[in-house]
Amino acid sequence: MSITAGAGDQFAPTGGALVELAPRPADRGVQARRATWYKNPALMAGLIITGIVLIAAIIAPLITFYNPITQNLTDALQGPSAAHWLGTDQFGRDTWTRLVYGARLDLRIAFIAVLFPFVLGTVLGAIAAYFGGWFDLVIMRVVDVVVAFPFFVLLIALVFVLGPGARSIYIAITLVGWVSYARIVRGEILVAKRQEYVLAAQSAGLSNTRIMGRHLLPNVISQAIIYGMSDIVQDILAIVTLGYLGLGIPPPAAEWGSMINGGQNFLSTHWELTTFPGLAVILVGLGLSLIGDGLADILRPGQ
Amino acid sequence: MTAAFSPGGAPAGPMLQVRDLHVQIATGRGTVRAVDGVSFEVPRGEALGLVGESGSGKSMTLRSILGVLPPTASVTSGQIILDGRDLVPLKQTDLNRIRGPKMAMIFQEPMSALNPVMRVGAQIAEGPMLHQGLSRAKAAERALDLMRRVGIPHPERRMRSYPHEFSGGMRQRVMIAIALACEPEVILCDEPTTALDVTIQDQILRLLARLCRESGVSLLFVTHDLPVVAQICQQVAVMYGGRLAEYGPVQDVLHDPRHPYTLGLVRSAPDFDNVREALVPIPGSPPSLISPPDGCRFHPRCKFAEEDCQVVEPPMKPLPGGRATACLHYERTIESLEAERAGQLDPVDLQVAAERPDEAAPAAGSAP
Repeated sequence: MSITAGAGDQFAPTGGALVELAPRPADRGVQARRATWYKNPALMAGLIITGIVLIAAIIAPLITFYNPITQNLTDALQGPSAAHWLGTDQFGRDTWTRLVYGARLDLRIAFIAVLFPFVLGTVLGAIAAYFGGWFDLVIMRVVDVVVAFPFFVLLIALVFVLGPGARSIYIAITLVGWVSYARIVRGEILVAKRQEYVLAAQSAGLSNTRIMGRHLLPNVISQAIIYGMSDIVQDILAIVTLGYLGLGIPPPAAEWGSMINGGQNFLSTHWELTTFPGLAVILVGLGLSLIGDGLADILRPGQ
Repeated sequence: MTAAFSPGGAPAGPMLQVRDLHVQIATGRGTVRAVDGVSFEVPRGEALGLVGESGSGKSMTLRSILGVLPPTASVTSGQIILDGRDLVPLKQTDLNRIRGPKMAMIFQEPMSALNPVMRVGAQIAEGPMLHQGLSRAKAAERALDLMRRVGIPHPERRMRSYPHEFSGGMRQRVMIAIALACEPEVILCDEPTTALDVTIQDQILRLLARLCRESGVSLLFVTHDLPVVAQICQQVAVMYGGRLAEYGPVQDVLHDPRHPYTLGLVRSAPDFDNVREALVPIPGSPPSLISPPDGCRFHPRCKFAEEDCQVVEPPMKPLPGGRATACLHYERTIESLEAERAGQLDPVDLQVAAERPDEAAPAAGSAP
């Protein structure tokens, strides 16, 4: 009986020349990904819309001819004309100018405001999921409490307490918004940490911080980024809502929410005062949502 | 008792020594004694195969050596001595200085054991950067050199590829390169060729054998594949039900088993030199490790079992030739083998087949 003697002789461990495999066409996957990202219609449409708005906001002084804040009461409440493309408000300020400067303010606050909850939620969610135990328990109960409140109710209450201004908006959005990121990242890491590459990283003597930062987060962060795109839309809506309620950026700064509020009294005669800021909100929301959809298609693992 | 089956001749003691290791897993149904008093050693520059069926405790043994047991499992007693130092009491931070530079692991599934979103060059370079303080450029050079050594074609270009762009065999070569990156003294292999097809498996085993010979690294090779053990290992330890059944030089153990379980394993594996009509399965199924049988763990399935097997826990009995067996009646294994070699069908086998026709299907999870 020589069950394994033969095997041992045939596959002598001394081994001969290594059989070289034919090289595979390299980087096919990467090339495929690079080739397709601009073919995604949602992403491209979103990028074009958002890009136009962003460029308009950046070059605002070049495409407008008035000061967005200076009052000019002699020109108050004019309809659209060659001098004032979208007319003027009750203080004689050019609506087009205020719309473009409003984009500057609203977009800047929204883009900054989305970063804080993104970072805070991602870090807390990652730590909670990776270590588990009492920290996970505490964090997730706090998340439950925050989620129990409707987003706008909590946000408005917080801004009301903190007082108007950009700083209050950042703080309020961070305190309310981080929970979604924490939940997303926690869920993703709970799955990812069971993967063998985490065990492999532990076996290679990597520290927990490094495993989380270098190995786990890059694998799960795309979900948080995709959510972040729709979260910006929500943040813009929140900023505009707060402005409309008089809780956001105090006047006379050009801001879409306060513009809608200001035009409200003249709705029957001067619809353009509320309509165009409203359309601007819709346009930006559409653009960012399309980017989010496109990114979801591209970043979703296994696609 | 470990001294009894030390192969002897190793100048500075064994590279890795496991002494009376106990690992328990807490589950809802009770405590699983996954590893229950296992001792073995890996001599310097040699390869020890740890074989056994699924659930025999071999993977848990491996994970306790690395200190990466799942949260519900823990080493309850015993020593794991790597190059003279006991790893069991070490903290994670101290272990992190040993994992990588002193010991490394090669996993079964090279796809899932590689980070899918990290370039392979960066994954190979990570260890040297972290453990040896190499600069990014130096570490990249090391990675390139390692990729050449493990036989990955076009390493300059492939360094920048992601794991999904590699074939299974190439991924396993990347895993080997990562394991070798910090020049460890022991490499632990968890069935590294199981996920590969046979030709690639042979290439990988030859590569591992060659690299170990070149760098003098010791191997602890966990598998359920007997021919693989025969190909790469000098020593073999057979595990059953969380304990060692038999230990010794690989050719001796696999040709001339001294434990009924090893005999059963060998007989239930196909043999292409000497094709039998049918494989002989081991009747019954592996023991529950929550409430293992008294006495010898194998006695309910053992055709040689006698009354004392149900009561006495067989100690590891040293045999000539650096071997050891945990069987009270190992002579019966020799008799059975001699009977088979004399061309007779084993009367006990016939008897078993007649008595238990319902268990004729291969119940034991042994070999391929």
